[in-house]
Amino acid sequence: MTKEKSKHNFRSDVLPKLVTVGPVTVLLLCLVLIPLILVGVMSFCRTDEYYNVVYKFTFTNYAKLVSPDYLKIYMQSLVIALLTTVMCVLVGYPFAYIIARTRSRKKKLLYMLVIIPFWTNSLIRIYGWRTFLGNTGWFNKLIMAIGISKEPIEFLYKTGTTVFGMVYCLIPFMILPLYTAIEKLDDSLLEASSDLGAKPVKTFFEVIVPLTASGIFSGSIMVFIPCLGYFFVSNILGGGNTDMIGNLIERQFKSANNWPLGAALSIILIVVTLLLVKLYQKLGGDMDDLGV
Amino acid sequence: MGKIVEIKGVNKIYGTNHVVKDLNLSVDEGEFLTLLGSSGCGKTTTLRMIAGFEKPSSGEIKVEGESIDEKEPYERDVNTVFQTYALFPHKTIFANIAYGLKMKKVPKEEIRERVLKMMELVQLSGFENRYPSQLSGGQKQRVAIARALINRPKVLLLDEPLGALDLKLRKQMQLELKRLQKKLNITFIYVTHDQEEALTMSDRIAVMHDGVIDQLASPTEIYEHPKTRFVATFIGETNTYDGCVTSIKDGIATVTLENGAVRVACGEDFSVLEYSTVSVRPEKMRFSKEPKEGFELVAVVKDYIYVGAVLKCLVALPNGNELKIERLAGQELPTIGKKIYPYWDPQDAVLIHNESHSIFKALDEIKLV
Repeated sequence: MTKEKSKHNFRSDVLPKLVTVGPVTVLLLCLVLIPLILVGVMSFCRTDEYYNVVYKFTFTNYAKLVSPDYLKIYMQSLVIALLTTVMCVLVGYPFAYIIARTRSRKKKLLYMLVIIPFWTNSLIRIYGWRTFLGNTGWFNKLIMAIGISKEPIEFLYKTGTTVFGMVYCLIPFMILPLYTAIEKLDDSLLEASSDLGAKPVKTFFEVIVPLTASGIFSGSIMVFIPCLGYFFVSNILGGGNTDMIGNLIERQFKSANNWPLGAALSIILIVVTLLLVKLYQKLGGDMDDLGV
Repeated sequence: MGKIVEIKGVNKIYGTNHVVKDLNLSVDEGEFLTLLGSSGCGKTTTLRMIAGFEKPSSGEIKVEGESIDEKEPYERDVNTVFQTYALFPHKTIFANIAYGLKMKKVPKEEIRERVLKMMELVQLSGFENRYPSQLSGGQKQRVAIARALINRPKVLLLDEPLGALDLKLRKQMQLELKRLQKKLNITFIYVTHDQEEALTMSDRIAVMHDGVIDQLASPTEIYEHPKTRFVATFIGETNTYDGCVTSIKDGIATVTLENGAVRVACGEDFSVLEYSTVSVRPEKMRFSKEPKEGFELVAVVKDYIYVGAVLKCLVALPNGNELKIERLAGQELPTIGKKIYPYWDPQDAVLIHNESHSIFKALDEIKLV
């Protein structure tokens, strides 16, 4: 009797779960969990004189990471990521507001303006900007042709340019959650605010901003975190002057060939990210909003 | 009593949709005026034009003699109670009610005093620190009303404010609203599709139909002397019969219907051979076992419906049309299947111009000439 029942359970309960969730679980195990464990283990290892990884336990990697040189780069990363996030909010909010409030067919067009670049490889787009902004690039040619400046202006390899590139790459991640939040706004609340004597600016700060705070919040998380790791932007546009954590990691795995140190840096970045997400949750953020 | 709101020749057109047609309406100070009509009749659009959320396509709206067409909603001395309440979900009840005063930069002390007083008036004391999501529908409704009234508007606009409440609460709120309005002596313009609500609360009712005001009068006048067929059928229950006036004598018209002639009191604006509609309320209908003079209707009793205080009797005319007769429960009624002769006091029935037949009327006149 019990045997029959357990057989029945297998067919109706276990089997469907195995078929549906099973493959994904295996995939996640192989591609996420195992590599992650590998990175974790490697971060406590050292290298021999030929840069081969030696599996012997050590804290030296983490000890190196608190040196002033590294701390300076962490700070620089945070400053750039913060600037990028603020710029994304300032630029993205009006745009998201316009898309969400447009009622005509233009809405789709505006939406596509955000989505289409998002589908194009960002590495290529950033290379495009480097060519465009370079000393012999079109932008400088234009500036000299108009007569704004006689000499080409040095745009590349500056913090501002790196931030610009980051904003350019990451702004869809800000606009999409903002759009969702603004779209949900009930028109009658805006009407009520106006009805009660609030001028448009007052309505914006008293009603619109507080009610779309969740969008600003999740957008900020979704810009800030990838920004720390987008090494290619600071590589191409910052040219080593605006190094971030992502650049350090990339260098350890490639040119410096010090995988354990790179692994330790990666672990730090993962921990920072998790802490930020935890903070987001603590402050009442909805995890679903991050899954755009 | 002065005119507080004057609407002059206002039209509202959305694309090809003419929602409000050449509307003229003036509202007296301190009056409770209801715009009554079914959905899509233009009543809410009219209200939104007074509030400033919509701009009239043409025409003029004045508040206290001053045109407000150029004023934004936040510059107008009118406040709205929204159908969905539109309370700010991120603000406490106190902050919600204080919002209008805060925008006017009233001193904090005074705001506090006035908000607490207003909360007492709408029986919400003690709810200051709650959020709208923690309140019941009826309580939210009170907050919405308090939030609007605290600004001491010249006119309070109410857009189906009780629509979301259950019947019992609605009845209670109707009386409370009426009490508040009398106490504060503020002009209310109230939009509803509920004719019973309109009859209970209003000083005057404007029945709107297809963007036009069909009739503007007191509840009694609207109920007892409807001017159009729409007003007669929309407000309360009624039996209508289409027919042709065959003679008029001493203010009583004889109207010939498909099933025979009946008698009805009529005004001087009716003439013989005019197509018209007779409207008789079910409670005014009578019946006898013998034919009555001047009435030629014969009907068969089909069914009874028991609705508590009254008993409704459905009778069928030979052409299949059904009539409703209402009697207080306990009064004697004929048994089902019996033949009866419906009649009424001609003064209890209303004769209405039948505009849909005006073309036939014109054709008939030509024939007669």
